Amino acid sequence: MEEKFKVLVNGKQAEVMVDPETPLLYILRNNLELNGPKFGCGLGQCGTCLVLLNKQPVPSCQVKIKDIGDQSVRTLEGLIQSDGSLSAIQQAFIDEQAAQCGYCLNGMVIRSFALLENTSTPDDQEIRDALTGNICRCGVHSRVMKAVKRAFSQS
Amino acid sequence: MRGYSINRRRFLKSTGLVSVAFSMSPGLACGELPPTYLSPDSDVVDSWLKVLDDGRIQVITGKLELGQGIKTAILQVAAEELSMSMDRMEIIIADTDKTPNEGYTAGSRSIESSAMSVRMAAATAREIVFEMARKKFNSDAYTTINQGVITCGMNRISLSDLLEGRYFKSGIRKNVPLYSKTQRKITGTSVKRRDIEDMVHGRPVYVHDLRFEGMVHARMVRPNSYGASLVEANENEISQMPGFIKAIKKENFFAVISSEEYQAIKICEKASRLATWKGGMELPTGKSLPEYLKTLKTDSNIDHSEGDWENELQGSAVLHEAEFFKPYIMHASNGPSCAVAHYANNELTIWTHSQGVYPLRASISSWLSMPEERIHVKGVPGSGCYGHNGADDVAAEAAFIALQYPDKHVRLQWMREEENCFEPYGTAMLMKLQAGLDANGLITGWKYDLWSDSHSTRPGGRASNLLPGQATGSPPPEGGFRGGATRNAVPYYALANIEVFSHIFKGPLRISALRGLGAYANIFAIECFMDELAEKAKKHPLDFRVAHLEDSRAKDCLTQLKKMTAKTSLEEGEGIGFAFSRYKNSASYCGIAASVGVDPVTGSVALKKMWSVTDSGEVINPDGLKNQIEGGMIQSASWALMENVEFDKNQVISRDWYSYPILRFDNIPEVEVHLIDRPDQPPLGAGEAAQGPATAAVINAIYAASGVRIRNLPVDVSLLRS
Repeated sequence: MEEKFKVLVNGKQAEVMVDPETPLLYILRNNLELNGPKFGCGLGQCGTCLVLLNKQPVPSCQVKIKDIGDQSVRTLEGLIQSDGSLSAIQQAFIDEQAAQCGYCLNGMVIRSFALLENTSTPDDQEIRDALTGNICRCGVHSRVMKAVKRAFSQS
Repeated sequence: MRGYSINRRRFLKSTGLVSVAFSMSPGLACGELPPTYLSPDSDVVDSWLKVLDDGRIQVITGKLELGQGIKTAILQVAAEELSMSMDRMEIIIADTDKTPNEGYTAGSRSIESSAMSVRMAAATAREIVFEMARKKFNSDAYTTINQGVITCGMNRISLSDLLEGRYFKSGIRKNVPLYSKTQRKITGTSVKRRDIEDMVHGRPVYVHDLRFEGMVHARMVRPNSYGASLVEANENEISQMPGFIKAIKKENFFAVISSEEYQAIKICEKASRLATWKGGMELPTGKSLPEYLKTLKTDSNIDHSEGDWENELQGSAVLHEAEFFKPYIMHASNGPSCAVAHYANNELTIWTHSQGVYPLRASISSWLSMPEERIHVKGVPGSGCYGHNGADDVAAEAAFIALQYPDKHVRLQWMREEENCFEPYGTAMLMKLQAGLDANGLITGWKYDLWSDSHSTRPGGRASNLLPGQATGSPPPEGGFRGGATRNAVPYYALANIEVFSHIFKGPLRISALRGLGAYANIFAIECFMDELAEKAKKHPLDFRVAHLEDSRAKDCLTQLKKMTAKTSLEEGEGIGFAFSRYKNSASYCGIAASVGVDPVTGSVALKKMWSVTDSGEVINPDGLKNQIEGGMIQSASWALMENVEFDKNQVISRDWYSYPILRFDNIPEVEVHLIDRPDQPPLGAGEAAQGPATAAVINAIYAASGVRIRNLPVDVSLLRS
């Protein structure tokens, strides 16, 4: 039942023995012990478990390990540079204190990071559109918007 | 160091019960260590802080970090009194082995209670240390402390050298001088939260992130409806599935364990398909919910009565009445509830995001007939809870599974559907108001009736308040927490002739504490009604409120709010609305304005901007307080516009984010919070202050924009189409 899979996560090759149907989320959290992606709904509705798959933000609860192949996976942890410095968007979340419980933070950062990579200067509407797939229950949305704008102005 | 035996030190350190505390008689500390660490006692300095071996200071609180930034605020008050950099301090939170019993982290009380206890303990500790230094140097010189170094005249000594490893069992002194009232270098500033840095780095923060060697994963197999009985588990088939370790059944409690999390989910899904259940509670579907609730038997009571309201109403120039409704709302935490439990050698350890580690321990103790001292409950942050959600249930369930599968750490994670369908909701409420106005547009008489279920079925030491307690035979809890229902039922306005009547029912859904309890619906109703009365009195809604307020701090909030919103330009189809309350009539003052646009074709409501003026007395961390108010406004707007727990005859059908939608980025308003800082006043709880007035401000803005009075939540946009 279990099979061996190789998966490229944050630039490193990992090998796991798992059920091929296992969603990537559980591999990242349990086998690779990463804390960034979090379980929120398991239905692809909340954005809490987002990772970058070939640079695109996808809910890791919806991608099975058998379908990953040679696509590269990048998590929140993988946005930190090798010298330990944070990406502009991560730093902006600290500067704006854009969290309360912080459970949504992973998804917010991943989605915003992808937006930063793909857009020159997003306006308010583009930021809203990008982040509408992400749930936040504490109501830090306005701070997240400020953090995204701050990261843009600094990058 | 002197006074320690090497073994004792090592033991204390290894158990995390480190080090020096402060003694009973100031300056007269004995060199002996107590045989074990001091038992948590809220009147003793040692319960709140300890000086560690390396001179750093450990602060102890019984409150849990829920995302409200309490760890930072509590460290700030201690750092101020000890003139120490926060980098040289650490904090431990809610733990039945280490921290004082502070009940629940609830009711916006953590700053008012825990932070103030820590402040007094730190100031007492400082004064004791000063006395010790003066005695040691035989000097009456002016004494100061800075970064753990005490200066007494020409003499200097470090905190650890002065204390020489001694305990100081001293009570907290009530009249100790407070640096927060004089120098105020750390309190009153927006110190950034250290835990946000951890989150951004992807470090382990949450109970969900705990991993132990050999940890197994559990899932609960649930019935479709409340109170159904398990007839047949049919577990033979699941026992053949890969990764299956064990099925645990007792009466209607049914759980499965696997070595891998995904396998546990698959086994649970199959078990759910195979298991048969019977009975269960039938939910009311024939009538509308407000109509149904009115048919329920109530326990009715006059809560407040002054003057002759009846006579005043009859003689008033204008008589007005209205009825409001608030549905069941869920906490709907972003991360479903989770816990880890471990049972070995007769000791049960539970890691939980419960708001009350001690009450949870008492409940589990009574449920499992296990002495409290053998149960260790450790608070670890979870996803934001906003009240009593599934945290306690999942912890008790994990504990039960661990007892049946000893020597391994058992991690139990609820799925989204379990969280949505089985958490205890904030109850539905009905509010009926009558008021009279005189010829000058002032309120003459006021009559208020509210209908509500209980607002707390927290564990409280009772097995029946835990979901697994009910599944194993304890009857469901009885309601009757009138205090929660009547919170803010008496308006903060000066009303000479008033009666407040509450009618407590037992509703169809499981309920407990949700942010603000009854205050949310009461303030929604009162503040929308005040808007209606202001219109009848032909007064600006803020002026109308000010005319009925006596407290100058309340008036200051509204005056400032009027100033801030005066220049708002509104377009066609847009409107601005206002509301005010003082939470619990004793905590923070909060004035809120909202501007919205209403689409005449679709009826959809666009939130433009929300403003708040908040007076929480002395502000400990301005940005932390602003974050609470901003978040409260947005969450409240979500409740008002979108939220409603729906059910059919058998079960709750609001199972996920599509069937229970909440506000998302496409409709997030700009927010602006102004704080009135009053360092000379006591700090006031603020975590729930925005919930009621924010909804009322949005509803009043909808009226200003569309001319339609919304009295039932959530907003039915079909009423707003022209």
